[in-house]
Amino acid sequence: MHNCDITIENISKTEGHAGLDVKVRKGVVKDVRFKILENKRFYTQAIRGKNFLAAPQLMSRICGTCSIAHLLCCIESIENALEVKESEQTKLLKTLAMNGLMIRDHSLHLYMFSLPDVIGKDSILDFDEKNSFEHELLHDCFSVKGAGNNLTKLIAGRSVHAPFPSVGGFNKLPDPKLFPEMVKELKAQREKVLKLIDIYFKCDFDFSRKTNFVAITNKDYDFRQGNLCSSTGVCVPEGKMEDHLEHVVLPYSQASGYKFEGKEFMVGALSRMNLNKQSLNKETKKDVSKYLKKFPSNNIYDNNLAQAIEVLHCIDSSISILESFEPKPEPKPVITPKKSTGIGVIEAPRGTLFYKVELDEKGIIKKGKVVVPTGQNQINIEKDVAVIVQKNLDETKESIQFEIEKLIRAYDPCMSCAAHFLKINWL
Amino acid sequence: MNKKLKVGWFSFSCCEDSTILFMELMNDHYEEWLKLVDFKASRILKAKNDETDLDVAFVEGAIASKKDEKKLKELRKNSKKLVAIGSCAVTGMPSAQRNEFDAEKTKEISFLVERFKLAKKVVPLSKIVKVDASVPGCPMDEKVFLKLFNDLMIEFGVKNA
Repeated sequence: MHNCDITIENISKTEGHAGLDVKVRKGVVKDVRFKILENKRFYTQAIRGKNFLAAPQLMSRICGTCSIAHLLCCIESIENALEVKESEQTKLLKTLAMNGLMIRDHSLHLYMFSLPDVIGKDSILDFDEKNSFEHELLHDCFSVKGAGNNLTKLIAGRSVHAPFPSVGGFNKLPDPKLFPEMVKELKAQREKVLKLIDIYFKCDFDFSRKTNFVAITNKDYDFRQGNLCSSTGVCVPEGKMEDHLEHVVLPYSQASGYKFEGKEFMVGALSRMNLNKQSLNKETKKDVSKYLKKFPSNNIYDNNLAQAIEVLHCIDSSISILESFEPKPEPKPVITPKKSTGIGVIEAPRGTLFYKVELDEKGIIKKGKVVVPTGQNQINIEKDVAVIVQKNLDETKESIQFEIEKLIRAYDPCMSCAAHFLKINWL
Repeated sequence: MNKKLKVGWFSFSCCEDSTILFMELMNDHYEEWLKLVDFKASRILKAKNDETDLDVAFVEGAIASKKDEKKLKELRKNSKKLVAIGSCAVTGMPSAQRNEFDAEKTKEISFLVERFKLAKKVVPLSKIVKVDASVPGCPMDEKVFLKLFNDLMIEFGVKNA
């Protein structure tokens, strides 16, 4: 195609609404605009004036699918501001809540959004019940996703906008009598997840290019604590993340783009696996050693493989905690509001999530800042789409559109997160 | 093939929490639903969507722009029943929180409201179109939804009472 404009109005099988414009002139891709079309909901403004105790539940409403990540990251920023120490029990409960989120959210992406691309169907609902392989995958999808959903419900009260976690600890503790049944359900998913890992390992989708990967790293593949490291060798305490981020204005999108250390970069499961695979759960490593050899990988489609391995890690990590854990009521820490600033950084399913809150002496939020993974990946997505269109210019528009959507889905973007609170300073 | 309930699932300004909950309800109900329901339109489930001739449109989210208002009116025309799903669709909140902003915050966001041609006020679905049923909650109350979905299957004759 010599000259053409490709417009995708509403990219399917992703979380939220996004579109894309591509301009090709004289056989060269001139412009790519990944447009997040969600209407802004102005959470950064809405949080101002709220009491710190109310803020986490409000911010959870930024995103339905990764609400647990927003909830826990907002709590972390407030607890850091007010110097509230997390108990060992609360740490374990939060790890379990995050594990449940990752299992559920990654499974939604891997089975319902990306797997149809691998199988060559439009939707998981089109999988053939008479074909035993497709039939099994359909059942696996709802079984694995269900286990993640049930784990978060058990630990945090609900898988979406969970009511139990709060500043200072959990409002309600899970009933340990229910743990053995949960362990049984999680164990029953292992074989299914290993099958999924193998499918993504064997998948021949390839889009490789060098980029800078950024993620929290630590010794136990924890999603909440550690240093923020990059594949270029930069490693900073997570509280310093803001000093290394550069905000990039994208006037056509209802969200912002970012650079890390002046360069485009990628966050998410692929970054975590590239930088921290040695810290995965022991049981997981035993069963996936063959697959782990693929990392570090520059192939964006290996984000799917990395997510699938993370599902197994979260299952194994949860089994190991639940088998030796009996939550007991404990005194809540005394929380004294004061004029302060706190930062929270955690690994959400799609990558690093950053919160910064400023409180006054009464504990009222004066200012809030949130940086979400999809915003950080946006510039990379655009650059990759430009390359994939250039490579496929001889194909039909329909086929190019399919390739673009497939690539964007591999990033697993979340438009609800990206559009709803970032304050854009238009130049 | 047995008659199926022709369903569309749509979202406007919201966090899609009820859409996610709907995906999670499928974990326990998909075997029944795949037999009785034709998901004609659901952007989260498929790329090839047909938004015409629906028995039921489930609509999540509040209306925050003229463009969305137009789209909602089209959905109303294309569906026999339209159901508001979740707090934003039923009451406008929390997506409508900017309606309550003070002068300072309103001024701060005004250039973005203009740039993206957003409506001055965010409103629930019932301010724009006739709503046949509502499932309140943030996210939606799943028991209310399951009962309503079941009742609709019976009403449209795809399932016996």
